[in-house]
Amino acid sequence: MLVEAGHFALALALGLSLIQFVVPLWGARSNDPVLMAVAPAAALAVLACLGFAFLSLTVAYVTSDFSVLNVVENSHSTKPMIYKISGVWGNHEGSMLLWVLILALFGAVVALARNSVPARLQANTLAVQGLVTVAFLLFILTTSNPFTRVVPMPAEGQDLNPLLQDLGLAIHPPLLYIGYVGFSICFAFACAALIDGRIDAVWARIVRPWTLGAWVFLTLGIAMGSYWAYYELGWGGWWFWDPVENASLMPWLAGTALVHSTVVMEKRDALKVWTILLAILTFSLSLLGTFLVRSGVLTSVHSFAVDPERGVFILGILVLFIGGSLTLFAWRAPLLKQGGLFAPVSREGALVLNNLFLATACATVFIGTLYPLALEVVTGDKISVGAPFFNFTFLPLVVPLLLLVPLGQTLAWKRGNFLGTAQRLYAVLGISLIATLALVAFRNGGPVAAPLGIGLGIYLILGSFNEIVTRSWSRGTPLASAWRKASGLPRSTWGTVLAHAGVGVTVIGIAATAWDAEGLGTLKIGDTMRAGAYEARLERVVPRQAANYREDVATLRISRGGRELGTVETMKRLYVTRGMPTTEAGIMTVGLSQVYVSIGEILPDGSIGMRIYHKPLVLLIWLGAVVMAAGGTLSLTDRRLRIGAPSRARAMQAASVPAE
Amino acid sequence: MTRKQRRLTLIGVAGCFLAIALGLVFYAMNDTIVFFNSPADVVAKNVQPGTRFRLGGLVKEGSVQRGDNQQVAFEVMDAERSIKVSYQGMLPDLFREGQGVVAEGMLDPAGIFKADTVLAKHDENYMPREVADTLKKQGHWQGEASAAPPTQ
Repeated sequence: MLVEAGHFALALALGLSLIQFVVPLWGARSNDPVLMAVAPAAALAVLACLGFAFLSLTVAYVTSDFSVLNVVENSHSTKPMIYKISGVWGNHEGSMLLWVLILALFGAVVALARNSVPARLQANTLAVQGLVTVAFLLFILTTSNPFTRVVPMPAEGQDLNPLLQDLGLAIHPPLLYIGYVGFSICFAFACAALIDGRIDAVWARIVRPWTLGAWVFLTLGIAMGSYWAYYELGWGGWWFWDPVENASLMPWLAGTALVHSTVVMEKRDALKVWTILLAILTFSLSLLGTFLVRSGVLTSVHSFAVDPERGVFILGILVLFIGGSLTLFAWRAPLLKQGGLFAPVSREGALVLNNLFLATACATVFIGTLYPLALEVVTGDKISVGAPFFNFTFLPLVVPLLLLVPLGQTLAWKRGNFLGTAQRLYAVLGISLIATLALVAFRNGGPVAAPLGIGLGIYLILGSFNEIVTRSWSRGTPLASAWRKASGLPRSTWGTVLAHAGVGVTVIGIAATAWDAEGLGTLKIGDTMRAGAYEARLERVVPRQAANYREDVATLRISRGGRELGTVETMKRLYVTRGMPTTEAGIMTVGLSQVYVSIGEILPDGSIGMRIYHKPLVLLIWLGAVVMAAGGTLSLTDRRLRIGAPSRARAMQAASVPAE
Repeated sequence: MTRKQRRLTLIGVAGCFLAIALGLVFYAMNDTIVFFNSPADVVAKNVQPGTRFRLGGLVKEGSVQRGDNQQVAFEVMDAERSIKVSYQGMLPDLFREGQGVVAEGMLDPAGIFKADTVLAKHDENYMPREVADTLKKQGHWQGEASAAPPTQ
């Protein structure tokens, strides 16, 4: 019964979001405040319906209601409760439901921000948001209904793909979707600005927290996905340039550019048209990501099932929104008032350069990801574009960008002085150079890439904190007053510093992968294998039984130079229902480094194929992303950015001037 | 500088970026792209030793032989012929005889495919798409074993 109610709520949400699209748009056009006021009400009602639909599917999962096809295909009564809940979005239909739920959630937040968003902008924004919801609800209802019943009802379900039975499933998709869908709000605001034909610094103020928030979640979501793949797939890689990963990297790159360009727009009233275009492109790339992952064009752990009908439908959505918004852009953008001018050597200039680098890097990822698909359609040739391609095209664009980051951060707004800025970075440059040379000297014949990369990371971290130093301390200032001044700097400044330092931390982690050591062995009990200075000794192999799988657990004792560090367990599991084997890696964290052991085949004579990796500083890769996200969050809490801050209302009245 | 001059400068700089990126992309396309071939394609296209490519097909029943130090030899076949593959390292969990596989590497002068990467399916129900397409094209497709109960 609850399932039918959920299905009905889904259909009701479709009707309501159609109202949310049509009525406010008409209201904004005819300047009718009553019609415009329909938007927030409709948005809240859509959220209520979708929340109910999601809840009823969750209940079906939790109670293992095997009369629902979706539950049968992706659940099992013996599955642990946490995976019963996270399994709701561990499949195509449920994940699309989560997608629209988050969309509606954000729509509701915009609806509640009545005091800080002008009514007409709010109405237009929610209308665009409503159209996105309509498209995705139609998609769910016609091709991917999670509430389909099965007759007769099977006694047991088919279980969830074992790779997804992990805590990562509870965290990674929601974070990623909040990021993807968060950019839909920026998109909706951009379209609203185009429909209205006006855009100003207030617009940038309203949009900036959304961009920043979406970016923070996308950063965390990608990092979480990367760490999950690292420990779950059992071969120690953390980024594969897999099309599905690229699908999330592209909106991240465009979103990073957007975060920076909205700053320019807010502070200097420049780059307006570009920011609008970027907001459209970022969400378009999010949609493209959804298309690549959900349509079955690619085979990966993410494409739960292949159904051509779905692919065509999502492609239709893609064409409608990207084509529609770009047409709107071409038609309306010339109406927008020109932005301010600025000198090339200035912080604005540096941010333009940042945008150029990021947009170009994003374009190379785009080509590398889509070229194989296009080629196959045109010539039938199947090719794969992997790490070598991206190392060759993406890195040469990103490394210069990273070198410029501290420089741009130190430049003044309006008119900067290049030499003066460079002077302030002398100390940073010196220390980083000395550190690099020291690492090169003591590398013991290892690859030179690692010290160079680590040097770059150190330069980024120091260069970032240098901004704090130069803004609060000059020769002769007592430390106490410098500290007071530093802690008085706006939170957004600290946020920038932290986020850029986070990039440095990640760069160090990535560079250190050049020092990875690995070892292979076919071990019997008591045998050892080594990777670098680390040694692993196979202690025992014991079978174990759990609710929905059985496993062989290999215990290894890890030591370094004769000193014992402890034991790790690596498992070869067989999930009974699907008959699918998986490998669980054994990971020991030593400081910021990890020793990673994974079990291979158990051969008839009882010996076991094993692999060991030593991964120095590997945790920095993901810690860096966490630091970046923390920086973004700190920036979000800046009083000047907060929605409804008192200064906002005044600024709004002053700045809303029609563009025509 | 006037507004127009600045805009031209900006467009010029952006053009430079695009040109550099395009140059990198075209150069990389020649060198780093890896083609996918079935065993029949390898013969039909006369793929030379030393060219990197992805070999996809089914692991021939009874062909898997294990040596010391995780050396593995097996044969990848399609409907027409099979190619010997040698690999050192851990095989993916879902690597089985009679199942789909994709290996990346190159042929040695003796015609044995030296693989440095072996990929198998992510899930019991699905085959690597390239392999499925090849089998379909050659008319040997029996469909994926569908475990879904009938919906009425």
